[in-house]
Amino acid sequence: MSAPQTLSVRNLSIMFGGVHAVEDVSFDVNPGEVLAIIGPNGAGKSTIFNLISRLYEPSNGSIRYGDADLLALSPHQIVATGIARTFQNIELFEQTTVLQNLLIGRHRHMSANVFTNFAFLPGVRKSELEHRRKVEDIIDLLEIAQYRDERIADLSYGARKNVELARALCAEPSLLLLDEPASGLNTEETDDVGFWLEDIKHDLGVTLVMIEHDMNLVGQVADRVLAINEGKVLACGTPDEIRDNKAVQAAYLGVSQ
Amino acid sequence: MLQVNDIIHLAVTGLAQGCAYGLIALGFVLIYKATEVVNFAHGEFMMLGAFAVLAWSEFLGGSFWPAFVLGCLSIGVVGYLIDAQIMRRIIGQSSASIFIMTVAFGFIFRSLAGMIWGWKTLFLSTPFGGKIEIADGLSIGVDRVAIIVATVLLCGVLYLFFSRTRYGIAMQAASQNQLAAYYMGIPVKRLVSITWAIGAMIAAAAGALLAPITMVDTTIGFLGIKALAGAIVGGFGSIPGALLGCLLIGIVEPFADYFVPEIKGVSAYIVMLVVLFIRPQGLISQTFEKKV
Repeated sequence: MSAPQTLSVRNLSIMFGGVHAVEDVSFDVNPGEVLAIIGPNGAGKSTIFNLISRLYEPSNGSIRYGDADLLALSPHQIVATGIARTFQNIELFEQTTVLQNLLIGRHRHMSANVFTNFAFLPGVRKSELEHRRKVEDIIDLLEIAQYRDERIADLSYGARKNVELARALCAEPSLLLLDEPASGLNTEETDDVGFWLEDIKHDLGVTLVMIEHDMNLVGQVADRVLAINEGKVLACGTPDEIRDNKAVQAAYLGVSQ
Repeated sequence: MLQVNDIIHLAVTGLAQGCAYGLIALGFVLIYKATEVVNFAHGEFMMLGAFAVLAWSEFLGGSFWPAFVLGCLSIGVVGYLIDAQIMRRIIGQSSASIFIMTVAFGFIFRSLAGMIWGWKTLFLSTPFGGKIEIADGLSIGVDRVAIIVATVLLCGVLYLFFSRTRYGIAMQAASQNQLAAYYMGIPVKRLVSITWAIGAMIAAAAGALLAPITMVDTTIGFLGIKALAGAIVGGFGSIPGALLGCLLIGIVEPFADYFVPEIKGVSAYIVMLVVLFIRPQGLISQTFEKKV
């Protein structure tokens, strides 16, 4: 596992047509912390994730992860810096099994030599076993052993969300971007997610950035909260500070200031 | 009345023809699975392949195998560039535009080949002349056997490539979900171009192997339409299905031509229509019903 670094986002902006989806956003994520990004729908939270993952080209600003200038990289090179992500709408390989999805999560760690792969030489066999062991560790951590050989298309929504989280972990990231890990889950499943995120933070030492609407989960897991509205940073602070912040309350509830 | 020997002869001829269709159909299906583009110019890759091997063979002074390898690689480069320079830019446009684009490529390739190599039928000398005597009065052309053997070998290599190598598995992953593949560290765009290159190389190999039977001219690429029919029979999107469909069409053809000579050349499409009536999803279906 690569050592956690600081993610620095500076003056990040992007426009879609005439709309400033993200405008002059700056924040840091320190190694080992959990940062929650909150804000009303359409505030630009997922857009920030998509900018970090290089799906969108920003019109202005910089994104650095440790020494790496992410804006100089292509989307497929992001995971090599140690950043993995999940998606709000769950992006899995639908026609394969859970196990195969997780093994593809190991892609960046796998040997690319076509000839040794072809011959399935002892070295390749050994490394495949090692990848399988790593995957089994994650399966144990997230308690998805019962789905191991199920096809994704046959799984429930909650199970798919777990598998997507597991696949991201299989890449052994040092920073994990989670886009609404608890959306669509019932209270019990949300509680589980809370415990797992604590485990991921403490046991695996992964830095977490999560977009989340469930303020109980945010309060339970997050060290700091970044509140966004209409593409701009409203406030940044501890969960309690953000809860008491008048501007945040106004943005969420429409209270007159 | 048909003798046993005649039946075997027709069957082997059909099998070889089916294998040739199958090699071309492999490219159709690989490209379709990677990009959801049906490349109507795929038969032209086969035609260009035959010309490229011929050109390399003349350049190298008549040695077939080096010319075969270089010819296939050359067409692989053409396939790679077609995707990387042109097809990549029109992804996301309407499927009608993409369809017309690939049809246009077919015309362009035929014209180019005619301008470079002329419009006359040429002969490619291969080591597959002669016949194998199997039994008294039953002999089979080495060229037919070569196509069958090459198809089996190529399918085996492709199977190992897609099931074992990191690139092959990454290609399968990208064909299921490109967005997710990017964040596993898979260079999706490059792999799509490599898929085009692989498809083009297999078609080129088919062109060179078929050269003793079809000769080499600018129109042999129309064979691709029958390969497309075979892929549809098999269930477009399934590689084993495409091979099966092409073998079926290939084997039906010589028998249909023998018994019902009036429909010569049309039997492939009749098979396709019949299969589409009975099993619209093809012999081996790849479409899964969506859960809600």
